[in-house]
Amino acid sequence: MKSLAELAAIREKMKDRVVLREGQGDIRVVVGMATCGIAAGARPVLSAFVEGVANAGLSDKVTVTQTGCIGICQYEPVVEVFEAGKEKVTYVKMTADKAKEVIEKHLKGGAPVAEYTIGNNQ
Amino acid sequence: MKELSLNVLDVAKNSVKAGAKNIRIEITETEDTLTLAISDDGCGMTPEFLQNVTDPFCTTRTTRAVGLGIPLLKLEAEQTGGSLSIESKHESTHPTDHGTTTAATFFKNHIDMTPLGDIKGTIITLIQGSPDIDFLFIHTSPDFDVRLDTKELREVLGDEVPLDNAEVLMWISENLSEQYGNN
Repeated sequence: MKSLAELAAIREKMKDRVVLREGQGDIRVVVGMATCGIAAGARPVLSAFVEGVANAGLSDKVTVTQTGCIGICQYEPVVEVFEAGKEKVTYVKMTADKAKEVIEKHLKGGAPVAEYTIGNNQ
Repeated sequence: MKELSLNVLDVAKNSVKAGAKNIRIEITETEDTLTLAISDDGCGMTPEFLQNVTDPFCTTRTTRAVGLGIPLLKLEAEQTGGSLSIESKHESTHPTDHGTTTAATFFKNHIDMTPLGDIKGTIITLIQGSPDIDFLFIHTSPDFDVRLDTKELREVLGDEVPLDNAEVLMWISENLSEQYGNN
């Protein structure tokens, strides 16, 4: 059983690292999670980003957050990537697999995946 | 919605938007019924808003004049022979005990029953999205009793580790899986 003792161990481990948390990363990934996004499949997309960013060791650099309706319901699941000093990238009709690719190529590699952006899906 | 767990996520998001500090999600199953109840201590709704809340053209969203969350849940409940009820106390008239409870009953064996789906995914998504809100999740059925109280986790984690920490979310995920008995 996942015990509370294991949770306490996580606390111990995090002690030295907490300085870096909360939106201090350079990149912010925002997933639309209103009725439209949820119905279109945003939940697995969000999970893929949360898990993928942690597994890729990008937690210090990338923050994953949720937002309401972005206003382009027909393109949901929509994911926006904000990076200081760069133009916002809007990914549309996302899936968990596309999310993995975005983590690898864009968040890690620095090159947006043009194929999934709104400009290429209109 | 393909899964009831997605309706739970959707309705609980309304609680988040209503400024709730505590959200309780309770699912009670018997052999042939499933009852969902989502209660919060958010700002509540005025009687006028409450009256129209199952109307798709009643919404708080600003990007569109259509809100489908509650109407969809009502439809999904009624198509199994079940029902939806909402009780709410608005902060203007109930300054100390305001909040909303949304409850829906489903007949599980009806052919039009929407499957519950990945409820664990919903709980984790809610905690990840609102790490400062306390969630109490209770799911009982003839086969299992699952319970997660973020207040208890917070006591162990203290102030320095937030609930949306990746390792904490993973712990919650594994803990719930084990409680459901599919580890």
